[in-house]
Amino acid sequence: MDTRHKILLLDDDPDLLEIYRELLGQLPSKPEIHTAISGSRGMAMLEAHAFRLLICDLKMPKMDGLQVLSIVRRKYPALRTVILTSVADEQFRSRVYAMGVDLFWQKPATEHETKLFLECIESLLGRESEPGFRGVQSKSLVDLIQLECISQSSATLRITNGPLTGKIWINNGDLIDAETDGARSEEAFQKILAWRAGSFETLPAEPARPRTIFKSYNALLLETAQVIDESRGEIPDAAPGGTPRAPASALTALTQVDGVEFVLAAITGDKDKTRFEARGLENPDRLAGWSRQSLERFRALGEHLQAGPLEQIEGLGPQRHVVLAPQGDTQFCVGWRHSLALEEIRDRMRKVLALWA
Amino acid sequence: MKLFARPAPPLTRLPNGCFTLDRTGSVLVGTVTSSFPAAALREIGRHVLDTFREAQATQLPLAELVVHYGSLKIVARELRGGAIVFLLPKSPISTAK
Repeated sequence: MDTRHKILLLDDDPDLLEIYRELLGQLPSKPEIHTAISGSRGMAMLEAHAFRLLICDLKMPKMDGLQVLSIVRRKYPALRTVILTSVADEQFRSRVYAMGVDLFWQKPATEHETKLFLECIESLLGRESEPGFRGVQSKSLVDLIQLECISQSSATLRITNGPLTGKIWINNGDLIDAETDGARSEEAFQKILAWRAGSFETLPAEPARPRTIFKSYNALLLETAQVIDESRGEIPDAAPGGTPRAPASALTALTQVDGVEFVLAAITGDKDKTRFEARGLENPDRLAGWSRQSLERFRALGEHLQAGPLEQIEGLGPQRHVVLAPQGDTQFCVGWRHSLALEEIRDRMRKVLALWA
Repeated sequence: MKLFARPAPPLTRLPNGCFTLDRTGSVLVGTVTSSFPAAALREIGRHVLDTFREAQATQLPLAELVVHYGSLKIVARELRGGAIVFLLPKSPISTAK
């Protein structure tokens, strides 16, 4: 079975297609190169074959590169994408990056630039999207803590997950304290370990830090794993009709964020069925309809304008403010206290989304 | 053959500027460049006005709407049934948050 990666090259210039086909054919991974001379032809080829990488020009007749990208990002989110263009314009560069493109590259003019371009392509072909903590790919936070404790080292781990930050203090291989988001000790440790990804840094040890955790790291890790498993196990996988039920405790937790008046979540499950869950609303149906319609309307507008993905809609009103935000398969409508400033709402909304994630 | 090939049209830039709408959705006055299609401007205005109206009907009156895209921000303020709409492309050095 042929396991070579497939690359689709899309450009309206047949001469350039031939040149790049030859160049890319020399990559160490020996990818299979396919070419298309128009956006519509390229889309048909993407439909027919499983490509690893799309290399696309920006300026093309009929369907330009931005139009191709806006479709590709939605239909093939796992496909790696590279824009190879002669357009040297900062606005287009930032637009294509906002659309989720992996690389924006101006058509190489020198041998050195060509070499760099090929190296980047080879790297993109090989890169896998792995979960984990940045800096130590494929290692979980548990692995990191075990490493520190087994090596009897002293350090302070600072872990960041979106707007949330936590710290874990280790002294001579013993876990001595943890702190995050108003919680301390074992409770904070459990909260931090529930984060599935993020970034971390090792800070100098603080031997004078008062000890609040007295269990061994193994016992604590085991206990925490059980708590996390139980909390995930509480949630039924799916509600009748194939749609996942919102974790009740998770949704309620969002309403605990200071300033939140209500939370409405529309969760899309299998077969595109959507289920609504709400906290703090007596009659959520009308608001759910407005929220869904507004998100869909502005998502379509963004696609038409090629302005990148819709991130968030904020509505400021005389009675309360509201924020609509898509997050994976869930669409949120969160009501905020009127006295909050817009910047505060944005900060807290990031927290709400991070808590949900 | 390439001599007869039609050159690719220029890429459409994101709109930058502001415009006002009356309650029927007609664009009254604006600073957005004329190279940006008028139909697209009307489409933006229509979506904004519809969102304001439907929010009002949902007992959630709104005075301002901020829509964030990856590379564009739309800010709309309600004006007695109409609206003033600001279109702010984002770039790595822009201050549009």
